[in-house]
Amino acid sequence: MSKMTEFMGWVDARFPATKMWEDHLSKYYAPKNFNFWYYFGSLALMVLVLQIVTGIFLTMNYKPDAGMAFASVEYIMRDVNWGWLIRYMHSTGASFFFIVVYLHMFRGLMYGSYRQPRELVWIFGMLIYVALMAEAFMGYLLPWGQMSYWGAQVIISLFGAIPVVGEDLALWIRGDFVISDVTLNRFFAFHVIAVPLILLGLVVAHILALHEVGSNNPDGIEIKKNKDANGIPKDGIPFHPYYSVKDIVGVAVFLMFFSAVIFFAPEFGGWFLEKDNFIPANPLKTPEHIVPLWYFTPFYAILRAVPDKFLGVMGMGGAIVVLFLLPWLDRGKVKSIRYRGVIYKTALAIFVVSFIALGYLGTQPATPILTNFARLFSVLYFAFFLLMPWYTAIDKTKPVPERVTG
Amino acid sequence: MKKILITFLFAVLVLPTLASAGGGGAHLDKVDVDLSNQESLQNGARLFVNYCLSCHAASYMRYNRMAEDIGLSEEELKKDYMFAATKVGETMTVAMTAKEGTTYFGTEVPDLSVIARARGVDWLYTYLRTFYLDDSRPWGVNNGTFKDVGMPHVLWKLQGLKKAIYKTHEDKEGNKIKVITGYETVVPGAMSEDEYDNTVRDLVTFLEYMGEPAKMKRHDLGIKVLIFLAIFFVFAYALKKEYWKDIH
Repeated sequence: MSKMTEFMGWVDARFPATKMWEDHLSKYYAPKNFNFWYYFGSLALMVLVLQIVTGIFLTMNYKPDAGMAFASVEYIMRDVNWGWLIRYMHSTGASFFFIVVYLHMFRGLMYGSYRQPRELVWIFGMLIYVALMAEAFMGYLLPWGQMSYWGAQVIISLFGAIPVVGEDLALWIRGDFVISDVTLNRFFAFHVIAVPLILLGLVVAHILALHEVGSNNPDGIEIKKNKDANGIPKDGIPFHPYYSVKDIVGVAVFLMFFSAVIFFAPEFGGWFLEKDNFIPANPLKTPEHIVPLWYFTPFYAILRAVPDKFLGVMGMGGAIVVLFLLPWLDRGKVKSIRYRGVIYKTALAIFVVSFIALGYLGTQPATPILTNFARLFSVLYFAFFLLMPWYTAIDKTKPVPERVTG
Repeated sequence: MKKILITFLFAVLVLPTLASAGGGGAHLDKVDVDLSNQESLQNGARLFVNYCLSCHAASYMRYNRMAEDIGLSEEELKKDYMFAATKVGETMTVAMTAKEGTTYFGTEVPDLSVIARARGVDWLYTYLRTFYLDDSRPWGVNNGTFKDVGMPHVLWKLQGLKKAIYKTHEDKEGNKIKVITGYETVVPGAMSEDEYDNTVRDLVTFLEYMGEPAKMKRHDLGIKVLIFLAIFFVFAYALKKEYWKDIH
């Protein structure tokens, strides 16, 4: 017996190292037909690690103090060795996190990955998404620019629309009557420790739930129904090495896009770093247009589309809550879009158009015409979910093959 | 797969140009700034320390960092650029306090360290060229890009003084609206129009540099990183191909 095997034997008698390695990597059998859309799970994990590591280095020089925060960010950009790179990685990483997560969620929609038996995978994923929104929202206050300040002011004041307790709730969240140093300090605490801990826990739960039931695939069929004599799915391949080497290719391509933005367009034309955020926060001067960052704008558009403030807040919350219910709204006979009928395909297309259109409208001033468009797309957004039990049930599906294809 | 990649490329390359954040309103003249042009940067820096840096601070910018980035020796820096500081490692601060600024100009005088990132170079270039005579303003000038700005026309000796040419038209509700269509020189300055435009371009080039000193090197580094990633991709792809040979 080699020294290494001996050592692992010693460890395994005390800690399930080999068992975990096998359960989650070398003997976790994933369907062999993953396509392009299956890169985004591992990429999301990588971006999370990137955000944590760059975040730690930023924390070493950032000052969570209303009088110093803006200057400390510029100090990082100028006087800290490689500070500009670390900061751009973090700010670009935030936007890329959402790009990756949106594509990951869209994959789930296309292939029915949220369906039985993966309801909890979806629920944990949705919780990650909500935690991620909280993380991004609170992180955006930290540079203490005009958009940081007024964006937070607008969003927190939404809580004030809740009847009876609203105003007190908003006050409790801010810790002050307006956004102030107190708010900045607590957002810093949430952003650097509380929410990241929750995120990490949820990611573990997401992956454990996934590995318990096994991965879905573009055909939406269960590979565990077809096992060989050894009990290994015939269409399954060990995650490691097959998908670990494949995901490295995905990482290389992802990093090219990521680096292109970091080095050549870190503001991304004002979409990733808004121009107004290079003006220090000024509680006495409201910017002309207060626009949340792009990843929140679909929900912001829904909020503004509803004439009543409280109902608008409910609409915005509802747009997220309804996503949680997806596993129980879908009554289709098949999971994957490959075998769905024309109704589901049309509905999904309308949903994607609505989501992107709402995202665009959320960045624009709310003129009467644009508000009417936002109303139309909000209705379509909700229709996709609320009519789903009906249209998925009557949709004409195609027969699903026994084994995975291509 | 290909379609998706093309969509991605489109998103990365085209989206930034569609950005709508900030600005808006008045027409802006386009300016080409070239951060690799040291002469332009040095001229801009001289203009900045002579004309701007008595009211406006640039309190995140260090003198010696500037000298290093735009190619100045320490002697040159001390002799021609440092009027308000004694040590080369200091940042570009001014003696005037924020309160004094408010008293003199009616509004807080902004720090200019990152002004180019907040306003954009086109806005700054247009703004510095559109001062016009207006007796109703405390300093006798107004600005066609930034209406009722608190700042005097500091560069008037170079540009001269201009008056605005107006056109009146009626909007849909029949209200008369007066708009500025151009400017006419009243008092000629030391420079011709072209010379002044070039001078402002140099100043804006310097402001652009000061907004983000890292910009001077991030493009070069970015190309190296992308080349590395391209090579890494080739190996990663070959490795994947090798492993996946036996999967059918």
